[in-house]
Formats: sequence, C-alpha cells, structure tokens
Amino acid sequence: MRIPILKLNNLLLVSIQIELDDQSALQLQEDLLEKIHQTSAGGVVIDLTSLDMIDSFIAKVLGDIVSMSGLMGSKVVLTGIQPAVAITLVELGIYLNDANTAIDLEKGIEILGKSGVQ
Amino acid sequence: MTIKSNIPIISEWDIVAARQAGREAAKKMNFGTVDQARITTAISELARNIFLYAMPGNIIVEEIHENNKYGLKITAADQGPGIENIKLALEDGYTTSGGLGAGVPGVKRLMDEFSIDSEVGRGTVVVAVKWL
Ligand SMILES: Nc1ncnc2c1ncn2[C@@H]1O[C@H](COP(=O)(O)OP(=O)(O)O)[C@@H](O)[C@H]1O
Ligand SMILES: [Mg+2]
Repeated sequence: MRIPILKLNNLLLVSIQIELDDQSALQLQEDLLEKIHQTSAGGVVIDLTSLDMIDSFIAKVLGDIVSMSGLMGSKVVLTGIQPAVAITLVELGIYLNDANTAIDLEKGIEILGKSGVQ
Repeated sequence: MTIKSNIPIISEWDIVAARQAGREAAKKMNFGTVDQARITTAISELARNIFLYAMPGNIIVEEIHENNKYGLKITAADQGPGIENIKLALEDGYTTSGGLGAGVPGVKRLMDEFSIDSEVGRGTVVVAVKWL
C-alpha cells in the first residue's frame, strides 16, 4: 500500500494511517526521498499518531529516512508517537536520538517554521 | 472460549497477520494499551526473525491460566538453521543481517517470561509470556 505524501508550501507531510508492513515502510522511504528531490522541500513531518506499535524494523526505516533526508538537506520531524509506543521502543533499546520529534503535527510544522522551513 | 491461534509464517505478509492476531488476543484479554503494544511488538520481532532467518515457521498465540493467573503466551517455532551462539543473539545490537539487533533482547525485556531453545541445524523455539 502506498502512503500519500502531501506538499504544503516548502514542507512535505506524511500521515501513516495504515498497518505498516515492511514493504510499505520501504516504499515510503523511497517515495519520500524522490519527492524531496522533486520538490526541494526543506522539511518533512511524519505523523505517527495512528501507529499502535513500532518494531525494530520500522524504527530502523524511520531512522534511515531521517538520516537520508538529512543528507539531502531536508529536515524530518517525527510527530505523535503514542505513549505505549515510546515505552516499547525504549524497552527495545531504540532511542531514535538523531530524530527531531514533536508532540503533534501542528507542533512539528511549528518546529520546522522556527528553523526557517515553512 | 480460550484464545488460541496459529499463524504460519511463510511470507512477509504473515508478519502483519501474526501481529494482528496478537493485538486481537491482547485486546480480548483486556490487557492495557502498553501491554498490548509490548505483545504486538514482541510478536512482530519473532515473526520477522522467522521470516528473515528460518522460514517457514509458526507463531502461536494462546491464552494460558496458571496458579490463578491469566496470561498470553507466544510461541515462535521454526525448523530453520538454529542459532549458533544464543548468548550473542541475546546481546543488544548483535545482528547478522544489518538489522538493529534489538529483536531477541527486546522481546526478553518486553515480556514477563522468556525462553529460547535452539539447536544448530534443527531450529529454534522461543516462548514468551505476558501475565495479565
Ligand atoms: N529464528 C531464528 N533462527 C535463526 N537465527 C536467528 C533467529 N532469530 C534470531 N536469529 C539470529 O539472532 C540475531 C539477532 O536477532 P535480533 O535480536 O532479532 O536482531 P536482528 O534481527 O536485527 O538481527 C539475528 O541476526 C540472527 O542471526
Ligand atoms: Mg530481528
């Protein structure tokens, strides 16, 4: 399943609304990098509010998306990580230290705005 | 009726199927949201390990009742290559596939009980329990 990527001014917005299988996660990675390239978007917000679990594979893909977008010059903010998901990620030993995060999509857009991306 | 489902892991999509079976079982047994996430995450890790290293195999999710306690038991069984060094596989960050190496040690921390039985050339059985 293909996850839609929306463009808002100089930003790309992704809201993951499906049960994330491995293929869809990898497809998102590819589509997003391509879209950053096409649009020269300075920032990306990935909203994870609907995910009730993130395992080590999905976490790795998300971390890779953050690093790869960074290399291209686009800043990623992960938003809306649920309490239960934060707890299980840390119990798995995964901290996503390199990722910018925000409590919700709105705050994510705000963070990017403050760093000059809007 | 007690819950029991057996999900064969024969393709990548079965990782999602196993996860969904676990989520459903955890909800039916009234686990809290954090334990639900722990259970689905643990199942996802174990199912992916079967998919990556030892396909085909099975994930069995079942309700258990012992000494007045209720729990959810996950069994991940395969007849794959087995794990040569279990101690190493239990270390954070150990991976032979470029993963995060968080699966096996992570499942141990996420669940209340954990055991792993593996024999090279014969396969691996991981059993993990979360008590209600
Ligand atoms: N069912 C299995 N059969 C054979 N080897 C396995 C199995 N599960 C795990 N392993 C081995 O243990 C290692 C650690 O697994 P894990 O902690 O899940 O990390 P990762 O999957 O990211 O490598 C794997 O890289 C693999 O070599
Ligand atoms: Mg693994």
